[in-house]
Amino acid sequence: MSARPPIETVSPELLPPIGAHASARRIAALLRRYIYLLRSSSVRIVELIYWPFLQMLTWGFLQQFLASTDNPYAKGAGVLIGAVLLWDILFRSNLGFFTTFIEEMWSRNLGNLLISPLRPHELVMALCIWSIMRLSVGMIPVALAAFFIFDFNLLDLGLWLAVFFAMLVLTSWSLGLIAAGVMLRYGLGAEELAWSLAFLLLPLACVYYPLSALPDWLQYVALALPPTHVFEGMRTILLEHRFDASDLWWAFGLNAFYLAVGYAVFRWLLSRARDNGSLLQLGE
Amino acid sequence: MTRDAAQNGNEAAAVYAAPVVVRGLTKRFGSVTAVDRLDFSLDAGSTVALLGGNGAGKTTTIAMLLGLIRPSAGVVCVFGADIARSRYAVAQRMNFQSPYVDLPQRLTVSQNLMVYAGLYGIANARARIESVAAQLQIEPLLNRPTGKLSAGQKTRVGLAKALLNAPELLLLDEPTASLDPDTADWVRQTIKGYASERGATLLIASHNMSEVERLADRVILLDKGRIIEDETPAALIAAYGRETLEDVFLDVVRGRTAPDFADRAQRKAS
Repeated sequence: MSARPPIETVSPELLPPIGAHASARRIAALLRRYIYLLRSSSVRIVELIYWPFLQMLTWGFLQQFLASTDNPYAKGAGVLIGAVLLWDILFRSNLGFFTTFIEEMWSRNLGNLLISPLRPHELVMALCIWSIMRLSVGMIPVALAAFFIFDFNLLDLGLWLAVFFAMLVLTSWSLGLIAAGVMLRYGLGAEELAWSLAFLLLPLACVYYPLSALPDWLQYVALALPPTHVFEGMRTILLEHRFDASDLWWAFGLNAFYLAVGYAVFRWLLSRARDNGSLLQLGE
Repeated sequence: MTRDAAQNGNEAAAVYAAPVVVRGLTKRFGSVTAVDRLDFSLDAGSTVALLGGNGAGKTTTIAMLLGLIRPSAGVVCVFGADIARSRYAVAQRMNFQSPYVDLPQRLTVSQNLMVYAGLYGIANARARIESVAAQLQIEPLLNRPTGKLSAGQKTRVGLAKALLNAPELLLLDEPTASLDPDTADWVRQTIKGYASERGATLLIASHNMSEVERLADRVILLDKGRIIEDETPAALIAAYGRETLEDVFLDVVRGRTAPDFADRAQRKAS
Protein backbone atom coordinates (compact mmCIF):
# COMPACT_ATOMS: atom_id res chain seq x y z
CA MET A 1 0.00 0.00 0.00
CA SER A 2 1.28 3.47 -0.79
CA ALA A 3 2.52 5.31 2.26
CA ARG A 4 0.36 8.39 1.78
CA PRO A 5 -3.21 8.22 0.51
CA PRO A 6 -4.25 10.82 -2.04
CA ILE A 7 -6.25 13.80 -0.84
CA GLU A 8 -9.95 13.48 -1.55
CA THR A 9 -11.41 15.84 -4.11
CA VAL A 10 -15.20 15.60 -3.92
CA SER A 11 -16.97 16.86 -0.81
CA PRO A 12 -20.39 15.46 0.06
CA GLU A 13 -23.35 17.68 -0.73
CA LEU A 14 -25.45 17.12 2.37
CA LEU A 15 -29.21 17.49 2.03
CA PRO A 16 -31.25 18.84 4.96
CA PRO A 17 -31.70 15.98 7.48
CA ILE A 18 -35.12 17.15 8.70
CA GLY A 19 -38.53 17.00 7.03
CA ALA A 20 -40.70 14.63 5.04
CA HIS A 21 -38.33 14.48 2.08
CA ALA A 22 -35.38 13.58 4.28
CA SER A 23 -37.48 10.92 5.95
CA ALA A 24 -38.62 9.45 2.62
CA ARG A 25 -35.00 9.45 1.41
CA ARG A 26 -33.84 7.44 4.41
CA ILE A 27 -36.71 4.95 4.04
CA ALA A 28 -35.82 4.60 0.34
CA ALA A 29 -32.18 3.99 1.29
CA LEU A 30 -33.21 1.11 3.55
CA LEU A 31 -35.51 -0.33 0.89
CA ARG A 32 -32.59 -0.16 -1.51
CA ARG A 33 -30.57 -2.18 0.99
CA TYR A 34 -33.31 -4.83 1.23
CA ILE A 35 -33.63 -5.06 -2.56
CA TYR A 36 -29.87 -5.46 -2.90
CA LEU A 37 -30.01 -8.23 -0.35
CA LEU A 38 -32.81 -10.11 -2.11
CA ARG A 39 -31.10 -9.71 -5.48
CA SER A 40 -27.85 -11.02 -4.06
CA SER A 41 -29.21 -14.55 -3.78
CA SER A 42 -31.54 -16.40 -6.14
CA VAL A 43 -32.07 -18.96 -3.35
CA ARG A 44 -33.77 -16.26 -1.30
CA ILE A 45 -36.19 -15.48 -4.13
CA VAL A 46 -37.00 -19.16 -4.66
CA GLU A 47 -37.50 -19.58 -0.92
CA LEU A 48 -40.14 -16.84 -0.92
CA ILE A 49 -42.27 -18.93 -3.28
CA TYR A 50 -41.24 -22.44 -2.22
CA TRP A 51 -42.96 -22.78 1.18
CA PRO A 52 -46.26 -21.08 0.31
CA PHE A 53 -46.37 -23.22 -2.84
CA LEU A 54 -45.87 -26.45 -0.86
CA GLN A 55 -48.52 -25.38 1.65
CA MET A 56 -50.95 -24.56 -1.10
CA LEU A 57 -50.37 -27.91 -2.82
CA THR A 58 -50.84 -29.91 0.39
CA TRP A 59 -54.02 -28.20 1.43
CA GLY A 60 -55.31 -28.01 -2.11
CA PHE A 61 -55.12 -31.78 -2.52
CA LEU A 62 -56.77 -32.26 0.86
CA GLN A 63 -59.52 -29.91 -0.25
CA GLN A 64 -60.01 -31.93 -3.43
CA PHE A 65 -60.21 -35.13 -1.46
CA LEU A 66 -62.75 -33.72 1.02
CA ALA A 67 -64.81 -32.28 -1.81
CA SER A 68 -65.22 -35.82 -3.14
CA THR A 69 -66.81 -36.88 0.17
CA ASP A 70 -70.29 -36.05 1.46
CA ASN A 71 -69.06 -33.46 3.97
CA PRO A 72 -71.03 -30.30 3.06
CA TYR A 73 -68.63 -27.98 4.89
CA ALA A 74 -65.62 -29.33 3.04
CA LYS A 75 -67.42 -28.90 -0.24
CA GLY A 76 -67.39 -25.13 0.36
CA ALA A 77 -65.58 -23.44 -2.46
CA GLY A 78 -61.93 -23.56 -1.55
CA VAL A 79 -62.30 -22.77 2.15
CA LEU A 80 -59.13 -24.59 3.04
CA ILE A 81 -57.07 -23.17 0.20
CA GLY A 82 -58.43 -19.72 1.01
CA ALA A 83 -57.48 -20.22 4.65
CA VAL A 84 -54.00 -21.38 3.70
CA LEU A 85 -53.41 -18.45 1.38
CA LEU A 86 -54.73 -15.89 3.88
CA TRP A 87 -52.75 -17.41 6.75
CA ASP A 88 -49.69 -17.32 4.56
CA ILE A 89 -50.28 -13.63 3.94
CA LEU A 90 -50.13 -13.04 7.69
CA PHE A 91 -47.26 -15.41 8.31
CA ARG A 92 -45.11 -14.35 5.34
CA SER A 93 -45.69 -10.66 5.97
CA ASN A 94 -44.62 -11.16 9.60
CA LEU A 95 -41.64 -13.17 8.43
CA GLY A 96 -40.69 -10.46 5.94
CA PHE A 97 -40.79 -7.81 8.65
CA PHE A 98 -39.01 -9.82 11.27
CA THR A 99 -36.34 -11.59 9.20
CA THR A 100 -35.39 -8.32 7.54
CA PHE A 101 -34.92 -6.76 10.95
CA ILE A 102 -33.01 -9.72 12.37
CA GLU A 103 -30.76 -9.68 9.30
CA GLU A 104 -29.37 -6.36 10.56
CA MET A 105 -28.46 -8.09 13.81
CA TRP A 106 -26.92 -11.11 12.11
CA SER A 107 -24.79 -8.83 9.97
CA ARG A 108 -23.90 -6.64 13.01
CA ASN A 109 -25.12 -3.63 11.06
CA LEU A 110 -27.69 -2.36 13.58
CA GLY A 111 -25.13 -0.22 15.42
CA ASN A 112 -24.30 1.56 12.18
CA LEU A 113 -27.99 2.15 11.48
CA LEU A 114 -28.80 3.39 14.96
CA ILE A 115 -26.04 6.00 14.98
CA SER A 116 -27.02 7.29 11.53
CA PRO A 117 -29.71 9.98 11.06
CA LEU A 118 -32.29 7.16 10.62
CA ARG A 119 -35.21 7.50 13.07
CA PRO A 120 -36.82 4.44 14.65
CA HIS A 121 -40.18 5.15 12.97
CA GLU A 122 -38.41 5.30 9.59
CA LEU A 123 -36.84 1.91 10.23
CA VAL A 124 -40.29 0.56 11.09
CA MET A 125 -41.88 2.11 7.99
CA ALA A 126 -39.17 0.65 5.76
CA LEU A 127 -39.75 -2.79 7.30
CA CYS A 128 -43.53 -2.45 6.77
CA ILE A 129 -43.18 -1.45 3.11
CA TRP A 130 -40.63 -4.18 2.51
CA SER A 131 -42.83 -6.83 4.09
CA ILE A 132 -45.53 -6.03 1.50
CA MET A 133 -43.03 -6.01 -1.38
CA ARG A 134 -41.54 -9.30 -0.24
CA LEU A 135 -45.00 -10.79 0.25
CA SER A 136 -46.01 -9.87 -3.28
CA VAL A 137 -42.97 -11.66 -4.71
CA GLY A 138 -44.00 -14.84 -2.91
CA MET A 139 -47.78 -14.77 -2.97
CA ILE A 140 -48.64 -13.65 -6.50
CA PRO A 141 -47.06 -16.72 -8.19
CA VAL A 142 -48.64 -19.04 -5.60
CA ALA A 143 -52.10 -17.51 -6.02
CA LEU A 144 -51.70 -17.98 -9.78
CA ALA A 145 -50.64 -21.59 -9.24
CA ALA A 146 -53.73 -22.20 -7.05
CA PHE A 147 -55.87 -20.96 -9.91
CA PHE A 148 -54.27 -23.17 -12.54
CA ILE A 149 -53.94 -26.32 -10.40
CA PHE A 150 -57.10 -26.26 -8.26
CA ASP A 151 -59.24 -23.77 -10.15
CA PHE A 152 -59.29 -21.64 -6.99
CA ASN A 153 -59.44 -17.96 -7.81
CA LEU A 154 -58.40 -15.86 -4.83
CA LEU A 155 -60.05 -12.93 -6.57
CA ASP A 156 -63.41 -14.65 -5.99
CA LEU A 157 -63.18 -13.03 -2.60
CA GLY A 158 -63.71 -9.82 -4.58
CA LEU A 159 -62.80 -6.41 -3.25
CA TRP A 160 -62.87 -7.86 0.21
CA LEU A 161 -59.69 -9.70 -0.60
CA ALA A 162 -57.84 -6.38 -0.56
CA VAL A 163 -59.44 -5.55 2.80
CA PHE A 164 -58.59 -8.97 4.28
CA PHE A 165 -55.09 -8.64 2.91
CA ALA A 166 -54.66 -5.24 4.57
CA MET A 167 -56.05 -6.48 7.89
CA LEU A 168 -53.72 -9.47 8.00
CA VAL A 169 -50.72 -7.39 7.04
CA LEU A 170 -51.51 -4.92 9.83
CA THR A 171 -51.63 -7.80 12.32
CA SER A 172 -48.31 -9.12 11.02
CA TRP A 173 -46.70 -5.71 11.61
CA SER A 174 -47.90 -5.63 15.22
CA LEU A 175 -46.33 -9.03 15.81
CA GLY A 176 -43.18 -8.02 13.94
CA LEU A 177 -42.78 -4.89 16.06
CA ILE A 178 -43.00 -6.84 19.29
CA ALA A 179 -40.61 -9.53 18.01
CA ALA A 180 -38.11 -6.87 16.86
CA GLY A 181 -38.34 -5.10 20.22
CA VAL A 182 -37.71 -8.36 22.05
CA MET A 183 -34.64 -8.97 19.89
CA LEU A 184 -33.31 -5.48 20.58
CA ARG A 185 -33.72 -5.89 24.27
CA TYR A 186 -32.65 -9.52 24.70
CA GLY A 187 -30.39 -10.06 21.66
CA LEU A 188 -30.15 -13.09 19.41
CA GLY A 189 -30.68 -15.38 22.42
CA ALA A 190 -34.39 -14.58 22.17
CA GLU A 191 -34.54 -15.51 18.50
CA GLU A 192 -36.55 -18.72 18.94
CA LEU A 193 -39.21 -16.95 20.97
CA ALA A 194 -39.48 -14.15 18.43
CA TRP A 195 -39.76 -16.62 15.52
CA SER A 196 -42.62 -18.47 17.13
CA LEU A 197 -44.71 -15.42 18.01
CA ALA A 198 -46.92 -15.63 14.90
CA PHE A 199 -47.74 -19.29 15.61
CA LEU A 200 -49.37 -18.22 18.85
CA LEU A 201 -52.23 -16.99 16.67
CA LEU A 202 -52.65 -20.18 14.66
CA PRO A 203 -54.87 -22.13 17.08
CA LEU A 204 -56.71 -19.07 18.35
CA ALA A 205 -57.44 -17.16 15.16
CA CYS A 206 -59.68 -19.92 13.74
CA VAL A 207 -57.70 -20.23 10.54
CA TYR A 208 -58.90 -23.69 9.49
CA TYR A 209 -62.10 -24.05 11.53
CA PRO A 210 -65.00 -21.80 12.50
CA LEU A 211 -65.11 -19.87 15.75
CA SER A 212 -67.84 -22.19 17.03
CA ALA A 213 -65.29 -25.04 17.10
CA LEU A 214 -63.58 -23.44 20.10
CA PRO A 215 -64.77 -23.80 23.71
CA ASP A 216 -67.02 -20.92 24.75
CA TRP A 217 -64.47 -19.23 27.00
CA LEU A 218 -61.76 -19.41 24.34
CA GLN A 219 -64.07 -17.79 21.80
CA TYR A 220 -63.74 -14.50 23.73
CA VAL A 221 -59.98 -14.70 23.41
CA ALA A 222 -60.27 -15.50 19.70
CA LEU A 223 -62.61 -12.58 19.12
CA ALA A 224 -60.01 -10.24 20.61
CA LEU A 225 -57.67 -11.16 17.74
CA PRO A 226 -58.06 -9.35 14.40
CA PRO A 227 -57.33 -12.42 12.20
CA THR A 228 -60.28 -14.31 13.70
CA HIS A 229 -62.62 -11.75 12.13
CA VAL A 230 -60.80 -12.01 8.82
CA PHE A 231 -61.06 -15.81 8.67
CA GLU A 232 -64.68 -15.76 9.80
CA GLY A 233 -65.36 -13.16 7.10
CA MET A 234 -63.66 -15.29 4.48
CA ARG A 235 -65.77 -18.32 5.39
CA THR A 236 -68.94 -16.24 5.29
CA ILE A 237 -68.10 -15.10 1.77
CA LEU A 238 -67.06 -18.51 0.44
CA LEU A 239 -69.73 -20.63 2.15
CA GLU A 240 -72.69 -18.25 2.42
CA HIS A 241 -71.85 -15.89 -0.45
CA ARG A 242 -72.43 -12.80 1.65
CA PHE A 243 -70.20 -10.34 3.47
CA ASP A 244 -70.58 -9.38 7.10
CA ALA A 245 -69.22 -5.82 7.48
CA SER A 246 -68.97 -6.14 11.25
CA ASP A 247 -66.09 -8.62 10.75
CA LEU A 248 -64.20 -5.95 8.90
CA TRP A 249 -64.83 -3.21 11.46
CA TRP A 250 -63.81 -5.43 14.35
CA ALA A 251 -60.63 -6.44 12.56
CA PHE A 252 -59.83 -2.83 11.73
CA GLY A 253 -60.43 -1.51 15.25
CA LEU A 254 -58.45 -4.31 16.87
CA ASN A 255 -55.60 -3.87 14.39
CA ALA A 256 -55.39 -0.14 15.10
CA PHE A 257 -55.18 -0.95 18.81
CA TYR A 258 -52.57 -3.71 18.44
CA LEU A 259 -50.46 -1.69 16.02
CA ALA A 260 -50.33 1.19 18.50
CA VAL A 261 -49.45 -1.28 21.27
CA GLY A 262 -46.83 -2.97 19.03
CA TYR A 263 -45.12 0.32 18.21
CA ALA A 264 -45.22 1.44 21.86
CA VAL A 265 -43.68 -1.89 22.95
CA PHE A 266 -40.98 -1.59 20.25
CA ARG A 267 -40.07 1.95 21.34
CA TRP A 268 -40.12 0.96 25.00
CA LEU A 269 -37.85 -2.05 24.43
CA LEU A 270 -35.51 0.06 22.26
CA SER A 271 -35.37 2.59 25.09
CA ARG A 272 -34.64 -0.19 27.60
CA ALA A 273 -31.91 -1.49 25.28
CA ARG A 274 -30.31 1.99 25.32
CA ASP A 275 -30.51 1.95 29.10
CA ASN A 276 -28.89 -1.41 29.67
CA GLY A 277 -26.35 -1.23 26.85
CA SER A 278 -27.67 -4.23 24.94
CA LEU A 279 -27.38 -2.35 21.62
CA LEU A 280 -23.64 -2.84 21.95
CA GLN A 281 -23.96 -6.55 22.63
CA LEU A 282 -26.42 -7.75 20.08
CA GLY A 283 -25.05 -11.25 20.00
CA GLU A 284 -26.12 -14.41 21.78
CA MET B 1 -18.96 42.78 35.50
CA THR B 2 -15.57 42.09 37.08
CA ARG B 3 -12.63 40.99 34.98
CA ASP B 4 -12.71 37.51 36.60
CA ALA B 5 -16.40 37.11 35.84
CA ALA B 6 -15.84 38.17 32.24
CA GLN B 7 -12.96 35.72 31.94
CA ASN B 8 -15.05 32.92 33.43
CA GLY B 9 -17.87 33.79 31.04
CA ASN B 10 -15.51 33.62 28.07
CA GLU B 11 -14.17 30.27 29.21
CA ALA B 12 -17.69 28.91 29.64
CA ALA B 13 -18.63 30.15 26.16
CA ALA B 14 -15.53 28.49 24.73
CA VAL B 15 -16.41 25.21 26.44
CA TYR B 16 -19.95 25.19 25.11
CA ALA B 17 -18.77 26.13 21.62
CA ALA B 18 -16.63 22.97 21.67
CA PRO B 19 -17.87 20.16 19.43
CA VAL B 20 -18.17 17.79 22.39
CA VAL B 21 -18.88 18.72 25.98
CA VAL B 22 -19.28 15.99 28.60
CA ARG B 23 -20.37 16.85 32.13
CA GLY B 24 -20.82 14.46 35.02
CA LEU B 25 -21.26 11.54 32.63
CA THR B 26 -22.08 8.39 34.56
CA LYS B 27 -23.29 4.96 33.53
CA ARG B 28 -24.30 2.27 35.96
CA PHE B 29 -25.29 -1.25 34.93
CA GLY B 30 -27.04 -2.53 38.02
CA SER B 31 -24.50 -2.33 40.81
CA VAL B 32 -21.55 -1.86 38.45
CA THR B 33 -20.45 1.69 37.65
CA ALA B 34 -18.94 1.49 34.18
CA VAL B 35 -18.39 5.23 33.75
CA ASP B 36 -18.09 7.51 36.74
CA ARG B 37 -18.67 11.28 36.56
CA LEU B 38 -16.61 12.09 33.48
CA ASP B 39 -15.99 15.73 32.65
CA PHE B 40 -14.20 16.67 29.46
CA SER B 41 -14.62 18.60 26.27
CA LEU B 42 -13.05 18.22 22.85
CA ASP B 43 -11.73 21.28 21.06
CA ALA B 44 -12.59 21.73 17.41
CA GLY B 45 -10.00 20.06 15.20
CA SER B 46 -8.37 18.16 18.05
CA THR B 47 -7.56 14.48 18.09
CA VAL B 48 -8.12 12.97 21.52
CA ALA B 49 -7.45 9.40 22.57
CA LEU B 50 -9.41 7.54 25.20
CA LEU B 51 -7.01 5.09 26.79
CA GLY B 52 -7.63 2.45 29.37
CA GLY B 53 -7.48 -1.25 30.08
CA ASN B 54 -10.29 -3.69 29.38
CA GLY B 55 -13.44 -2.58 31.19
CA ALA B 56 -12.11 0.94 31.82
CA GLY B 57 -15.23 2.44 30.21
CA LYS B 58 -13.91 3.54 26.80
CA THR B 59 -16.50 1.82 24.63
CA THR B 60 -19.33 2.73 26.99
CA THR B 61 -18.24 6.38 26.85
CA ILE B 62 -18.14 6.36 23.05
CA ALA B 63 -21.52 4.61 22.93
CA MET B 64 -23.00 7.36 25.13
CA LEU B 65 -21.53 10.01 22.84
CA LEU B 66 -23.22 8.27 19.93
CA GLY B 67 -26.55 7.87 21.72
CA LEU B 68 -26.39 4.05 21.70
CA ILE B 69 -26.38 4.00 25.50
CA ARG B 70 -28.38 6.35 27.71
CA PRO B 71 -26.35 7.82 30.60
CA SER B 72 -27.49 7.17 34.17
CA ALA B 73 -26.49 10.74 34.98
CA GLY B 74 -24.76 13.67 33.36
CA VAL B 75 -25.00 15.16 29.92
CA VAL B 76 -23.33 14.82 26.52
CA CYS B 77 -23.58 17.82 24.20
CA VAL B 78 -22.40 17.40 20.61
CA PHE B 79 -22.36 20.61 18.55
CA GLY B 80 -24.55 22.13 21.24
CA ALA B 81 -27.24 19.41 21.08
CA ASP B 82 -28.01 17.23 24.07
CA ILE B 83 -27.45 13.76 22.60
CA ALA B 84 -30.03 12.11 24.82
CA ARG B 85 -32.75 14.44 23.51
CA SER B 86 -31.75 15.82 20.12
CA ARG B 87 -29.30 13.37 18.59
CA TYR B 88 -30.98 13.56 15.19
CA ALA B 89 -30.22 17.27 14.88
CA VAL B 90 -26.49 16.50 14.71
CA ALA B 91 -26.32 12.85 13.56
CA GLN B 92 -25.48 13.92 10.00
CA ARG B 93 -22.36 15.75 11.25
CA MET B 94 -20.80 12.78 13.01
CA ASN B 95 -19.86 9.21 12.19
CA PHE B 96 -18.31 6.16 13.75
CA GLN B 97 -16.18 3.15 12.97
CA SER B 98 -15.51 0.11 15.08
CA PRO B 99 -14.45 -3.48 14.49
CA TYR B 100 -17.47 -4.43 16.62
CA VAL B 101 -19.95 -3.33 13.98
CA ASP B 102 -20.02 -4.54 10.40
CA LEU B 103 -21.60 -3.71 7.11
CA PRO B 104 -24.00 -6.26 5.56
CA GLN B 105 -21.82 -9.05 4.23
CA ARG B 106 -23.86 -10.01 1.17
CA LEU B 107 -24.00 -6.52 -0.26
CA THR B 108 -21.14 -5.30 -2.37
CA VAL B 109 -18.99 -2.51 -1.01
CA SER B 110 -20.51 -0.08 -3.48
CA GLN B 111 -24.07 -1.10 -2.52
CA ASN B 112 -23.32 -0.65 1.16
CA LEU B 113 -21.87 2.78 0.58
CA MET B 114 -24.88 3.76 -1.56
CA VAL B 115 -27.24 2.77 1.25
CA TYR B 116 -25.32 4.85 3.79
CA ALA B 117 -25.06 7.76 1.36
CA GLY B 118 -28.88 7.71 1.30
CA LEU B 119 -29.14 7.50 5.08
CA TYR B 120 -26.76 10.44 5.54
CA GLY B 121 -28.48 12.49 2.82
CA ILE B 122 -25.58 12.79 0.40
CA ALA B 123 -26.88 14.26 -2.86
CA ASN B 124 -23.77 13.52 -4.94
CA ALA B 125 -23.54 9.94 -3.69
CA ARG B 126 -21.73 8.34 -6.62
CA ALA B 127 -19.12 11.06 -6.96
CA ARG B 128 -18.53 11.08 -3.22
CA ILE B 129 -18.20 7.29 -3.07
CA GLU B 130 -15.69 7.35 -5.92
CA SER B 131 -13.72 10.05 -4.15
CA VAL B 132 -13.64 8.25 -0.79
CA ALA B 133 -12.87 4.97 -2.55
CA ALA B 134 -9.89 6.60 -4.25
CA GLN B 135 -8.75 8.10 -0.98
CA LEU B 136 -8.91 4.72 0.79
CA GLN B 137 -7.71 2.75 -2.23
CA ILE B 138 -10.75 0.51 -2.30
CA GLU B 139 -11.81 1.07 -5.93
CA PRO B 140 -10.97 -2.55 -6.90
CA LEU B 141 -13.18 -3.74 -4.03
CA LEU B 142 -16.29 -1.73 -4.88
CA ASN B 143 -18.05 -4.56 -6.73
CA ARG B 144 -17.03 -7.32 -4.35
CA PRO B 145 -19.30 -8.65 -1.58
CA THR B 146 -18.26 -7.10 1.73
CA GLY B 147 -18.22 -10.54 3.37
CA LYS B 148 -15.48 -11.74 1.02
CA LEU B 149 -12.98 -9.08 2.08
CA SER B 150 -9.97 -9.55 4.35
CA ALA B 151 -9.88 -7.89 7.79
CA GLY B 152 -7.71 -5.06 6.48
CA GLN B 153 -9.98 -4.48 3.50
CA LYS B 154 -13.04 -4.49 5.75
CA THR B 155 -11.41 -1.89 7.98
CA ARG B 156 -10.81 0.38 5.01
CA VAL B 157 -14.40 -0.12 3.82
CA GLY B 158 -15.70 0.63 7.33
CA LEU B 159 -13.59 3.76 7.33
CA ALA B 160 -15.01 4.70 3.92
CA LYS B 161 -18.50 4.45 5.40
CA ALA B 162 -17.39 6.57 8.37
CA LEU B 163 -15.90 9.25 6.12
CA LEU B 164 -18.73 9.27 3.58
CA ASN B 165 -20.52 12.26 5.10
CA ALA B 166 -17.19 14.04 5.84
CA PRO B 167 -18.06 14.11 9.56
CA GLU B 168 -16.97 17.04 11.67
CA LEU B 169 -16.80 14.62 14.58
CA LEU B 170 -15.39 11.16 13.97
CA LEU B 171 -15.45 8.53 16.70
CA LEU B 172 -13.20 5.53 16.24
CA ASP B 173 -13.19 2.48 18.49
CA GLU B 174 -10.00 0.43 18.05
CA PRO B 175 -9.52 1.59 14.44
CA THR B 176 -6.53 -0.67 13.79
CA ALA B 177 -7.48 -3.72 15.83
CA SER B 178 -6.41 -6.99 14.16
CA LEU B 179 -4.59 -5.26 11.30
CA ASP B 180 -1.07 -6.04 10.16
CA PRO B 181 1.48 -3.26 10.89
CA ASP B 182 1.56 -2.03 7.29
CA THR B 183 -2.20 -1.68 6.98
CA ALA B 184 -2.48 -0.26 10.49
CA ASP B 185 0.09 2.39 9.68
CA TRP B 186 -1.70 3.22 6.46
CA VAL B 187 -5.04 3.55 8.27
CA ARG B 188 -3.45 5.87 10.87
CA GLN B 189 -2.05 8.10 8.17
CA THR B 190 -5.40 8.22 6.43
CA ILE B 191 -7.15 9.20 9.65
CA LYS B 192 -4.55 11.85 10.37
CA GLY B 193 -4.75 13.16 6.80
CA TYR B 194 -8.52 13.39 7.02
CA ALA B 195 -8.44 15.24 10.34
CA SER B 196 -5.93 17.82 9.16
CA GLU B 197 -7.57 18.28 5.78
CA ARG B 198 -11.11 18.73 7.11
CA GLY B 199 -10.33 20.21 10.51
CA ALA B 200 -12.41 17.39 11.98
CA THR B 201 -12.51 16.50 15.66
CA LEU B 202 -11.51 12.92 16.42
CA LEU B 203 -12.04 10.78 19.48
CA ILE B 204 -10.20 7.48 19.34
CA ALA B 205 -10.52 4.62 21.81
CA SER B 206 -7.48 2.41 21.57
CA HIS B 207 -5.20 -0.04 23.30
CA ASN B 208 -2.42 0.70 20.87
CA MET B 209 -0.04 3.13 22.56
CA SER B 210 2.15 3.88 19.57
CA GLU B 211 -0.98 4.66 17.61
CA VAL B 212 -2.08 7.10 20.28
CA GLU B 213 1.35 8.75 20.44
CA ARG B 214 1.30 9.29 16.71
CA LEU B 215 -2.27 10.45 16.33
CA ALA B 216 -3.45 12.17 19.48
CA ASP B 217 -2.93 15.74 20.66
CA ARG B 218 -4.31 14.74 23.99
CA VAL B 219 -4.85 11.57 26.01
CA ILE B 220 -7.67 10.88 28.44
CA LEU B 221 -6.66 7.91 30.58
CA LEU B 222 -9.52 5.98 32.11
CA ASP B 223 -9.40 3.50 34.93
CA LYS B 224 -12.49 1.89 36.44
CA GLY B 225 -14.66 4.40 34.64
CA ARG B 226 -12.86 7.47 35.97
CA ILE B 227 -10.51 9.93 34.32
CA ILE B 228 -7.06 9.37 35.82
CA GLU B 229 -5.09 11.61 33.49
CA ASP B 230 -5.96 14.19 30.84
CA GLU B 231 -2.78 15.52 29.23
CA THR B 232 -0.80 15.64 26.01
CA PRO B 233 1.12 12.42 25.34
CA ALA B 234 4.44 14.25 25.83
CA ALA B 235 3.32 15.77 29.14
CA LEU B 236 2.19 12.38 30.41
CA ILE B 237 5.45 10.71 29.48
CA ALA B 238 7.36 13.50 31.19
CA ALA B 239 5.16 13.48 34.29
CA TYR B 240 5.67 9.75 34.80
CA GLY B 241 9.36 9.94 33.93
CA ARG B 242 8.92 7.27 31.29
CA GLU B 243 10.06 6.87 27.71
CA THR B 244 6.87 5.71 26.07
CA LEU B 245 3.16 6.05 26.56
CA GLU B 246 2.96 2.29 26.95
CA ASP B 247 5.11 2.52 30.11
CA VAL B 248 2.82 5.25 31.41
CA PHE B 249 -0.21 3.10 30.66
CA LEU B 250 1.31 0.17 32.55
CA ASP B 251 2.03 2.45 35.51
CA VAL B 252 -1.53 3.64 35.59
CA VAL B 253 -3.22 0.25 35.26
CA ARG B 254 -0.89 -1.13 37.96
CA GLY B 255 -1.88 1.64 40.32
CA ARG B 256 1.29 3.78 40.17
CA THR B 257 0.76 7.51 39.85
CA ALA B 258 3.06 10.24 38.57
CA PRO B 259 5.17 11.98 41.23
CA ASP B 260 3.38 15.29 40.59
CA PHE B 261 -0.08 13.68 40.27
CA ALA B 262 -1.45 15.34 43.40
CA ASP B 263 -0.08 18.77 42.41
CA ARG B 264 -1.56 18.56 38.94
CA ALA B 265 -4.89 17.33 40.23
CA GLN B 266 -5.00 20.24 42.67
CA ARG B 267 -4.08 22.75 39.94
CA LYS B 268 -6.84 21.39 37.70
CA ALA B 269 -9.39 21.43 40.50
CA SER B 270 -8.58 25.05 41.32
